[in-house]
Amino acid sequence: MPISREEVEKVSLLGRLLLSPQELETMTGQLGQILDYMGLLEEVDTGQVEPMAHALDVSDVFRDDEVRPGLPREEALANAPNRDDECYLVPAVLGELH
Amino acid sequence: MVRRSNLCQICRFHRFQWARHTVVLKYWLARWWDTRPLYIHFSLPPQIAVSESYIVVIGLEVHVQLDTRSKMFCGCSTEFGAPPNTQTCPLCIGMPGTLPVMNRRAFDLALKTAVALNCEIPRYTKWDRKQYYYPDLPKGYQISQFDLPMSRNGYLPISDTKGQFSPKRIGIIRAHLEEDAGKSMHDEAAGKADSRIDLNRCGTPLLEIVSEPDMRSPAEAKAYLTELKLLLNYLGVSDCNMQEGSLRVDANINLHIDTPEGTLATPIVEVKNMNSFRAVERALTYEAQRQYEVWKETGRVLGGPGGHKTTRGWDEDAQITREQRTKEESSDYRYFPDPDLVPVTTTEEEVQRVRESLGELPAALRVRLEQTYGIAPYDSDVLVNQGRPLVDYYVELAEACGDGRLAGNWVQQDVLRTLNERQIAIAAFPVSAGALAELLKMVQAGKITTSRGREVLAEMLASGTPAAEAMKALGIEEVDESALEDLCRKLLQANPEVVAEVKEGKTKAIGALIGQAKKRNPNVNPGRVREICLHWIEKAY
Ligand SMILES: [Zn+2]
Repeated sequence: MPISREEVEKVSLLGRLLLSPQELETMTGQLGQILDYMGLLEEVDTGQVEPMAHALDVSDVFRDDEVRPGLPREEALANAPNRDDECYLVPAVLGELH
Repeated sequence: MVRRSNLCQICRFHRFQWARHTVVLKYWLARWWDTRPLYIHFSLPPQIAVSESYIVVIGLEVHVQLDTRSKMFCGCSTEFGAPPNTQTCPLCIGMPGTLPVMNRRAFDLALKTAVALNCEIPRYTKWDRKQYYYPDLPKGYQISQFDLPMSRNGYLPISDTKGQFSPKRIGIIRAHLEEDAGKSMHDEAAGKADSRIDLNRCGTPLLEIVSEPDMRSPAEAKAYLTELKLLLNYLGVSDCNMQEGSLRVDANINLHIDTPEGTLATPIVEVKNMNSFRAVERALTYEAQRQYEVWKETGRVLGGPGGHKTTRGWDEDAQITREQRTKEESSDYRYFPDPDLVPVTTTEEEVQRVRESLGELPAALRVRLEQTYGIAPYDSDVLVNQGRPLVDYYVELAEACGDGRLAGNWVQQDVLRTLNERQIAIAAFPVSAGALAELLKMVQAGKITTSRGREVLAEMLASGTPAAEAMKALGIEEVDESALEDLCRKLLQANPEVVAEVKEGKTKAIGALIGQAKKRNPNVNPGRVREICLHWIEKAY
């Protein structure tokens, strides 16, 4: 098995996806198939190929350090599920262990 | 569960935990209804209290906001202090369909810093996504650098002119470029259920500088931070304002304890929430002591049961660290290359050009001042730590008056005191280096005394006039040498008993003559009077 059910469970937790036991089963199978397929690449001899860090053969794209107008606050906050006059509101974020 | 009242009111350790305390004082509050005793440890001075049997191991992670006008990947302003959520755009609040483009200046400033930190600059660097969920990170990932950072393997030399530790190099593991997150605010006092999120800061360019665990005391950690901040100031890459969050410090600390069974390491603690270098020093001092206490009580060691890394926040009011909530899976960031951003390449020639453009950095500048002007390392340290403009003022003054040490004393004492009192920078100091040099020349030639010189400087500051005019205004006149000799001769003739005493070896008696000379002419230099009188007593009597 290229991926275990426990690994899929962990990945879904990290991605904040709530999967039912049935979905977990399906995902474990499907992800396994994908990984198996990717495994095909292992068959290619890459001894002479330079490792690639990016898919595009482009580098060094920059912009100048210039300020441009952004969004009015009303628009920035428009899609927030919860907000006040100035800020997005989210359930309490607390740093300390209580 | 320890009852609160059994804790020391100062260090918050149990009253029986007295590794650094010898006596427990027990007292009652002066309120008649409070029947519980309160305890405080009687502390010994820290140098006695620090155990010889362990060493403290500290590594620091410093985040510096780079001084750009716009954010790292979009054109939003980075200016501090704007009303919440007024400096955002679809890109930095994580809307789908947006594409980041790298800010040239952010990369250049990061490169400059990395070169100044003696780092190796790889030919090729790329950006990765660090995934985690937090409300101040709208995309669900932070653009950072993982396996191919823009720099690595550097160092920063530190030393202490007071000799608290020997000069050493602190290794830099890496310095890499990443984006900042937004700010979450929670008003616990108001009992609000929600946290408020401000995304203005989201996407501001940050340079993360990770040191090796090379520091062996809180004092070394503070020295490293001070030197790093100074370097960043000289480079002009950041304003390093800790209050505004332009410079943030996290520390990793543990102890290596010598025991009969060999050296043990205590679990590593990451300390956060330190808002000043002083707080860093205090938090680390506290944390080292705490780890030692906990180790004695529990025997927990790094990698053993209960020996995992934890995070603690510094509580400035209570002067203690408190354990923070960490998500168990939070260390699994699942980095992968950001497909939206292309890599950046740097040639050897570009690095060389950057190296040549750095200008004179603090360490080299200190040495030059010591060698050129003959001042002590302590003095060059004080001057250089004030920043380049003050050094420039000093150099101009030293050159103009021809005496580096005298110039150093006046800048350190009189100029710096005035700057502090008036809360101004050297650029706003009303007396130019040239004008002050005129005054110093007179002091140097013995024409006026240092204390009268101070009065003249005060007048120059108050009236904005040159030294000569200020002296006139104060009624100070240069006393010429022949008038001075004349005065001394008269005094010696009038005071044969003083002459006799001096001849018996009681040179202190000359003080009486100096007093009389000052009465007759307040402008005389007492040192000169003393010299002339002693000289003549020896020669002529
Ligand atoms: Zn933006």
